[in-house]
Amino acid sequence: MQQTIKDPNIEIDAPGEISGTMEEKQISHRAVPLEMPLDNVQDAMQTESFRVNNLFLYYGEKRALNGINMTIPEKQVTAFIGPSGCGKSTLLRCFNRLNELIGGVRTEGEITLKGENILAPSVNVANLRRRVGMVFQKPNPFPKSIYENVAYGLRIQGINNRRVLDRAVEQALRSAALWDEVKDRVQESATALSGGQQQRLVIARAIAIEPEVLLLDEPASALDPISTLKIEELVYELKQNYTIVIVTHNMQQAARVSDYTAFMYMGDLIEFGDTRSLFTTPRKKQTEDYITGRYG
Amino acid sequence: MRTNFQQWVASGSPWIWMTAGGVSLSLVMVFGLLFLIAANGLGYFWPGKVAAITVQGSADTQEVLLGEIADRETVSATRVRESGAKVPAGIDTVERFLIKVGNRDMGHPDFRWVAETEIKKIEYPPGVIVAERTEWGNFYGFLSELRDGGRPLPGASLAAKITQCMARSDALKAEIKQLERIDVGHINAGLERLRLRTRALGKIEASTARDEIAAKRESLEAEFAVLSDRLTRLRKDAQRDTLVLETSSGQFKDIPFDHLVRVFHPNAMSWAEKVVHYVQKVHEFTTDEPREANTEGGVFPAIFGTVLMVMVMSIMVTPFGVIAAIYLREYAAPGLLTSAIRIAVNNLAGVPSVVFGVFGFGFFVYFLGGSVDRLFFAAKLPAPTFGTPGLLWSAITLALLTVPVVIVSTEEGLARIPRAIREGSLALGATKAETLWRTIIPMATPAIMTGLILAIARAAGEVAPLMMVGVVKLAPSLPLDGEFPFFHLDRKFMHLGFHIYDVGFQSPNVEAARPIVYATAFLLVVIIVALNLTAVQIRNRLREKYHAADH
Repeated sequence: MQQTIKDPNIEIDAPGEISGTMEEKQISHRAVPLEMPLDNVQDAMQTESFRVNNLFLYYGEKRALNGINMTIPEKQVTAFIGPSGCGKSTLLRCFNRLNELIGGVRTEGEITLKGENILAPSVNVANLRRRVGMVFQKPNPFPKSIYENVAYGLRIQGINNRRVLDRAVEQALRSAALWDEVKDRVQESATALSGGQQQRLVIARAIAIEPEVLLLDEPASALDPISTLKIEELVYELKQNYTIVIVTHNMQQAARVSDYTAFMYMGDLIEFGDTRSLFTTPRKKQTEDYITGRYG
Repeated sequence: MRTNFQQWVASGSPWIWMTAGGVSLSLVMVFGLLFLIAANGLGYFWPGKVAAITVQGSADTQEVLLGEIADRETVSATRVRESGAKVPAGIDTVERFLIKVGNRDMGHPDFRWVAETEIKKIEYPPGVIVAERTEWGNFYGFLSELRDGGRPLPGASLAAKITQCMARSDALKAEIKQLERIDVGHINAGLERLRLRTRALGKIEASTARDEIAAKRESLEAEFAVLSDRLTRLRKDAQRDTLVLETSSGQFKDIPFDHLVRVFHPNAMSWAEKVVHYVQKVHEFTTDEPREANTEGGVFPAIFGTVLMVMVMSIMVTPFGVIAAIYLREYAAPGLLTSAIRIAVNNLAGVPSVVFGVFGFGFFVYFLGGSVDRLFFAAKLPAPTFGTPGLLWSAITLALLTVPVVIVSTEEGLARIPRAIREGSLALGATKAETLWRTIIPMATPAIMTGLILAIARAAGEVAPLMMVGVVKLAPSLPLDGEFPFFHLDRKFMHLGFHIYDVGFQSPNVEAARPIVYATAFLLVVIIVALNLTAVQIRNRLREKYHAADH
């Protein structure tokens, strides 16, 4: 682990330190008003994972993302919140280029991962997705055994050595806090697990290939409160090793699990900052209205 | 205010009744059909009682007919009178009986209509013997004597001696068959290979090779001479014993035991003996070869041909249909061309099967088969190998006929797989092809099996195209035997569906053939059901295995 892990509490105690104007020069031709300052989440101690530069996305003629600029810090949890249809899932799916599966999607701008533009046509999408894992809203285990689900990504990479797979599967299941529940039945069908277990299995499957980033698209929205709690605990554990970007409808959840929060509305990034200050002292009226439940 | 009737309509009850009625009607039709063919077909194997019917002739003569009552019907008296039988005046309708009198070689047809008014009495004498023969059908008569090499055996316990003689002749016949099938067949195959090698040598002066072939041929021919000598002796041996039967009109008939299939006393048989007889007959029907222009004996070659052809067809249609469906659903860009291809595929399913037969004959048999022969079997020409109707071409023709079904259901199956599963696989770094192979196609296997089930159901019942591309009335050998390359897909084969048509409509002896038609139809239905049930079983197992989570 080459990186210092920041305790979010320490950071939140000193909110003044993380304000800045680094990103402002990039907003020259944006649709959003210029005077809106972009919150800088960068500080000297942190390295960036993704940097989004002026990203526009169109579904056919319809514009879904409106010139997004942001920087996702490494090994932190970044949450996207906002009302339905605001573009938060669309933005998330740009990070592993899953939007491309839908016909008629066009993107402009760039997203860099460790400095490399991942939207470039020359990028090997399969390799990108190995670096950027994803967990979906509804648990989607393959109709295979628990073991084969977790080993899937490794087998794709051509790893078929039984001992290597055994170790990787166990480790991934332990990391996803599922090992103790399934260790006696890893050869049984994954579809027999409960919803919460399935979602943790899917997380184990994603981390088995050791990605750099984990994208979570409303990972707990289909789960009961106890399973949700387990997922949230897991997110807290996982951020030690992974950069996590989580989309959620649930503002309490965003407040609980994330270090940084981005509020989106109608394809615009309205406000982006550290979670504590965004929830306690929002700078934008829209953000305040949303988090206080006045609309959305 | 709503009336009771309006409420009843609104409750949906009429629709429930209507749909239930539709289902019941379908069930009644299916089971009615099965019952009809089962009742008519399965009774054929039961040993019927043989009646001795005394018939009043035209003058004062009397005649005794010995036979089984095969059918009865009520007809108008005039018709009977016109056929020559005596019917007293004042009667409008007469019941008449169809008697199977057998003894076709005694100079009269083996079925005869007798009007009720002609019959003086009906008896069931216990001593009647039915001799099933390999030629000329059944013989009905009374035991006269048993001869061993022309010399009559003493009269006591003849029944036991008949059993002994039958056993001896059966053993000899089995030996003869074994020799003819395996050993002679082997020699013939060897000679054929030598002949082809000689032809392949052509005019090249290769005396060593020629000498070698000649030597081999000589040794094979010597082997054959020994075998044929042995066969002659065996055949003669099998003819040693003869059964002499007396007909109801007092004529005598010598029947050598090697012409006998079985001998029994239907009127003296106990119920248990009849059951044993029944089981034996069913066994013979399903495992033996046909005799007497397919109207007697078994249908084993037809069962074998049908099942093998359907299997070869399945092996061909599945990969072809699945690959086409994957392309159409997963890779082809939606557009005019793709829709045109889809429409063409669906229309292919509506083309009459005879058209497929004609196409198969012209394209597969003449064009493809002819080319294959010129390229690979030139030595055998002008005798065709694949350039003639055969099992392979039949299977391919039917595969073409059924491929739309497989394509359509595979496409449906691919479309039903949740997008989340695809995205889950892609998000793990799998390419589209890897996702297809590792996840999507396995999950679509139940749908593929459904397509295959429908294809089998359609192909197994198809007859018309097969008549042009490979089915024959009587195939000399099965498409599978001990000679290299074991599977002879170039051979012609027999098929149950064609068997029904042939026996029922092309047979010289319609009355004798009728029960066989029903029995064969029943068997065909049973086989199709069995093939389908197997496929359904496999599909259900797959469905359970690849059942994706629904919560």
